[in-house]
Amino acid sequence: MKLNHDVIEKSVPLLIVLTLLVVSVGGLVEIVPLFFQKSTTTPVEGVKPYDPVRLVGRDIYIREGCYNCHSQMIRPFRAETERYGHYSVAGESVYDHPFQWGSKRTGPDLARVGGRYSDVWHRAHLLNPRDVVPESNMPAFAWLDRPVKADDIQARMKALRVVGVPYTDAEIAASPEQIKGKTELDALIAYLQGLGTAIKNNN
Amino acid sequence: MSDFVSDTWHYYVVGLVVLSLAFCLWILVSNMTKREKGPVTLHDHIWDETLQEYNHPLPRWWLYLFWLTLGFAVAYLVLYPGLGTRQGQLGWSGKSQYEAEVKAAEAQFKPIYAKYAKQDLAAVAADPEAQAMGQRLFLTYCAQCHGADAHGAKGFPNLADNDWLYGGDPATIKTTITGGRNGAMPAWGAVLGADGVKDAANYVRSLSGLANDSIRAQRGKELYAQNCIACHGLEGKGNQALGAPNLTDRIWLWGSSETSLIETISKGRQNQMPVFKDFLGEDKIHILSAYVLSLSKSQDKQQ
Repeated sequence: MKLNHDVIEKSVPLLIVLTLLVVSVGGLVEIVPLFFQKSTTTPVEGVKPYDPVRLVGRDIYIREGCYNCHSQMIRPFRAETERYGHYSVAGESVYDHPFQWGSKRTGPDLARVGGRYSDVWHRAHLLNPRDVVPESNMPAFAWLDRPVKADDIQARMKALRVVGVPYTDAEIAASPEQIKGKTELDALIAYLQGLGTAIKNNN
Repeated sequence: MSDFVSDTWHYYVVGLVVLSLAFCLWILVSNMTKREKGPVTLHDHIWDETLQEYNHPLPRWWLYLFWLTLGFAVAYLVLYPGLGTRQGQLGWSGKSQYEAEVKAAEAQFKPIYAKYAKQDLAAVAADPEAQAMGQRLFLTYCAQCHGADAHGAKGFPNLADNDWLYGGDPATIKTTITGGRNGAMPAWGAVLGADGVKDAANYVRSLSGLANDSIRAQRGKELYAQNCIACHGLEGKGNQALGAPNLTDRIWLWGSSETSLIETISKGRQNQMPVFKDFLGEDKIHILSAYVLSLSKSQDKQQ
């Protein structure tokens, strides 16, 4: 039997198998080996798993869809490193599940926003961006000044541990205590202020 | 970048890539049939009772394009990294390209920065070219807090006036940008009590001639003398060494209304100017300091 057009298109199972084989090559060559590289699987020095407050802030970041307008990936071009700081490296995102690299920038990149502005600025800016940047078209997140609701923080941390974030039992046990009394603003600002601080900005 | 945990992955990638290319080659070669003279034959597969398909050979132009892509793939894999850990003839990497780009920019801009770095800030501030550079730097790095016009916002100082929290002489401006500042006014709510805070607020308003309740202001004066003079001074003129604002002028960082003052006094204020030393570097800070200096200089002329 010759494996040609006439045979393949008449057998649906064969067509499915061959199609899957062809389309999997890209992933097998470009994605799978990344799981077995040191630079993509070992954290950069200074990168630590998110503490509970930052973790909650990160979940708020995702919930509010910040990634729709903000990337967290400084590409290795001078135009970007001049504005944002050192380009992003894979080892900075090893504890990010899912990562927030993004590819759309309506707003600026946030990969190294940590320490760029004061907490007071973030507070004013999140509640109403135009209070500090009149030209801004970012929506106001006026509802964030409310207590954090994260009764499932331990479950979240355990889930992350399953996918490889090294939280200890003690850290998980202490987590509800740490987020007590925090507002969503506090958590989100804590998350933002920690972004990209492991690699020093030097131009 | 290809720092695999085991060499197996190198051979895995090479194997798959070579296999895929060989597969494409086989597809191409096995479809090189030329069109024969005579009537076009049909495939023997019949759909929907009568539908049949011509058995045309692949169009030549399309086939040649396919050969071209194969040639491109091979040339690419020879020149650039792609075959496992192989670096490629050109020795290209994203990092080296970035570094070359930065180097080229440095060669272009370093002399300009160097020219200004040798001049003192007052001279740079008077130079129109440096001004234009400073403005672009300001809009990129500073405008988010201080505003595109440098007039600031609530909690973020106006840089275009002649009032300075930490001092407006050239060296101090540079120190502020380089090392950042931490402004901290403690919370007095618990110490003074609600009434005390209101009294103090009225006294502070009286210092700059704003409308106030004179009886409260009188009581507030005593509270002021007990609690506030350490930073704001006996006359309320402030202290630039601490960044304590002058309370006797008409410039207010957090607002002058009684409500704002009560909030400031009872809850305190915490704010930071971030450190820009590592991020911007000496050269850019020099230009920026001069630009900020020139903003208040132009204010001098207006007054």
